[in-house]
Amino acid sequence: MKLKNQVFSLDGLDWKILRAIQENSKQTYSEIGRQLGVAHSTVYDRIKKLEKNGVIKKWTVDIALEKLGITCITARMTVYTDPKESENVAKKLSEAKEVLEVSLSLSEELLIIAKVIARDQDELHSFIAKKVAPLQGVLRIRTSIITKKIKEERFLIEK
Amino acid sequence: MTPSSSARILRTLSRKNAFYFFTSVGNYTGHRAMSLEEFANKIREVETASLEFHLYRGDFEKWADEVLEDREITERISAVKLLEPIGNALRDQLDFTVTKRLEELKTLNS
Repeated sequence: MKLKNQVFSLDGLDWKILRAIQENSKQTYSEIGRQLGVAHSTVYDRIKKLEKNGVIKKWTVDIALEKLGITCITARMTVYTDPKESENVAKKLSEAKEVLEVSLSLSEELLIIAKVIARDQDELHSFIAKKVAPLQGVLRIRTSIITKKIKEERFLIEK
Repeated sequence: MTPSSSARILRTLSRKNAFYFFTSVGNYTGHRAMSLEEFANKIREVETASLEFHLYRGDFEKWADEVLEDREITERISAVKLLEPIGNALRDQLDFTVTKRLEELKTLNS
């Protein structure tokens, strides 16, 4: 693993390890080593380096909330802002517990795109009306409630 | 009603207490009213879809009652809702109701 302009250059084995843990992060070092034909200690060393250098940001879990009886709705909210205030609006949105993701887009106008979660439509509307619309610089808001998720994958390593 | 209580209803509100006009859940039009006078003007400006959305959710009554603290206008808006107007008929009814109340309060306050 080499550092060049703050970008890590990984070798073939690093990529294979990343792919293996992306598919199933509960695998042991031995299981990954067996699949890839290397010692478990090699897998351990490589993963520790990937963690230390911030390539692996965190180990997490994908919880099926519906199995716990927790129902919620997800929405994509597009916030049109005054360009002078967009950074501040994005920062404020990032601080809200209802907001899971915040991105900036410069397609035609300056937009902030956020993924929002709420228990129901009333809670979603109340959050947007009371916490988002009043923010300085918010010009208008378009929100789409997601009714059916067809595919949800994170970037899959192909190398 | 005393001049001070009418002045309170006519006051300029904070951004947090303003009325924000939406056309449906989460879809903010960019129009907001920071006083009863601005509210009266916005009724003439915003899409009728927004007026319908808020009237039938009870948002106008809630704002008039809890933020403006004007029981009179709250009851008059409730009466408009009972007529079930839509489109421009709704705009006209609301405009008449709010403008009339605004004039009454201004007279009391002068």
